[in-house]
Amino acid sequence: MSDIPRDLKYAASHEWSRLEADGTVTVGITDHAQEALGDVVYVELPEVGTNFDAQGEIAVVESVKAASDIYSPVSGKVIAINDVLEDSPETVNQDPYGDGWFFRLQPDDPGDLEALLDAEGYAEVCANDEH
Amino acid sequence: MTLRTPLHDAHVAAGARMVPFGGWDMPLHYGSQIVEHQAVRSSAGVFDVSHMTIIDIDGRQARAFLETLVANDVGKLEAPGQALYGALLNAEGGILDDLTVYRTEQGYRAIVNASTRDKVLAWFATNRRSGADWRERKDLANLAVQGPEAVARVTELCNLPALAQLPAFNALAHGEWMIGRTGYTGEDGVEIMLPAAESVSLFGRLLAAGVQAAGLAARDTLRLEAGLNLYGQDMTEANHPYESRIGWTVALEPANRNFIGRTSLESLRKHYTRKLTGMIFTGKGVVRHDFKVRTQVGEGVVTSGVFSPTLECSIALVRVPREAKGDCEVEIRGKWLPARLVQPPFVKKGLVVTR
Repeated sequence: MSDIPRDLKYAASHEWSRLEADGTVTVGITDHAQEALGDVVYVELPEVGTNFDAQGEIAVVESVKAASDIYSPVSGKVIAINDVLEDSPETVNQDPYGDGWFFRLQPDDPGDLEALLDAEGYAEVCANDEH
Repeated sequence: MTLRTPLHDAHVAAGARMVPFGGWDMPLHYGSQIVEHQAVRSSAGVFDVSHMTIIDIDGRQARAFLETLVANDVGKLEAPGQALYGALLNAEGGILDDLTVYRTEQGYRAIVNASTRDKVLAWFATNRRSGADWRERKDLANLAVQGPEAVARVTELCNLPALAQLPAFNALAHGEWMIGRTGYTGEDGVEIMLPAAESVSLFGRLLAAGVQAAGLAARDTLRLEAGLNLYGQDMTEANHPYESRIGWTVALEPANRNFIGRTSLESLRKHYTRKLTGMIFTGKGVVRHDFKVRTQVGEGVVTSGVFSPTLECSIALVRVPREAKGDCEVEIRGKWLPARLVQPPFVKKGLVVTR
């Protein structure tokens, strides 16, 4: 069973989002997602300063096995990206909720996070994935 | 109903992620396919290849039967233990499957793919010959132990000193076991066919001796680095051996051996227009099956593409115009990016042989 921290919000497309104290949102992919992808070998991140709509294609993660699009969980502007992933994409496998984060957004409306799944709702998505 | 090999529970116990493959439930990886890949390149790994089909062929017409079906010449196998790689062709020269044929004391043993089992057995039946009998050996498991330390580990564990002297592409019989110095990784190693009941214990002893359990995902990156084709992907019935980099397995001599596909191949070998070759992409991203390729002399397609753990970039097998070479372009998510055609293999015995 994969790790699903209770303090995060989730999208059914397997991104996690964390509302930071300063009102920004950090985004990465879940433990379930990294496990299904296998060894991550490349992450294409958005450019800082770019605006994205909720559910817009914002990044690409490639494992040895497959390429997957990453969608923006809320609409907003990219204010930081995780440069570590450029040289060490395996960080996504090793620490998906920590050092393996992808990017940080300044959301248009932090309230938009309410529309995302909680840990319980996401656990159901994962359970259905297994079948 | 998904088929299970005798090692299914052992895989699960070893932490495998199991996936459906050719009708079988098989280990994809045991945590990290890159770690498994590197273990095979640097020390030793063990793959369960029991899903592959083992067919024993005997009878006084066994040789004539195989001489008709296999494009390579089984007549070259003079003594028990010798083996060759070849293809089964249809009359048009299209590849029905690739296989390894061993000469045995009783006749021959053919190892064909799991995904082509039904087709091959039907082809045997269509082309049956009185005096040649075959039976599928579902009672056997098959473990591939591969890597520079593989032979030493198996020699010690199984107390088989003769193994160290066994030449490549030869096999030795040991009771109910048959051990071939063969593989699909570009490394030294063996493939051990043994009674299913004994396979769990051997697998456990190999793991205890430090041999890394390796899954289908590592098998795919290893074979592609080694420039070895995967049937159904790099070659199908729509391809003939000359455009699939296995023209060397077609034995047109002796001229009087009338194997199926021969007539077609005799003309194809003079006129074929495409080839299978290698491609390296050093940019960001991974090239995958069916991606489009543009060369200086026309278009082509990626037949297999992976991230190569040894080269640390994407490598591929591509089918392109026969004259194509050097710089090319590959389409990745709508963008045409520069790549380069190279002669496979990419890696041989742990070393990068192409850049």
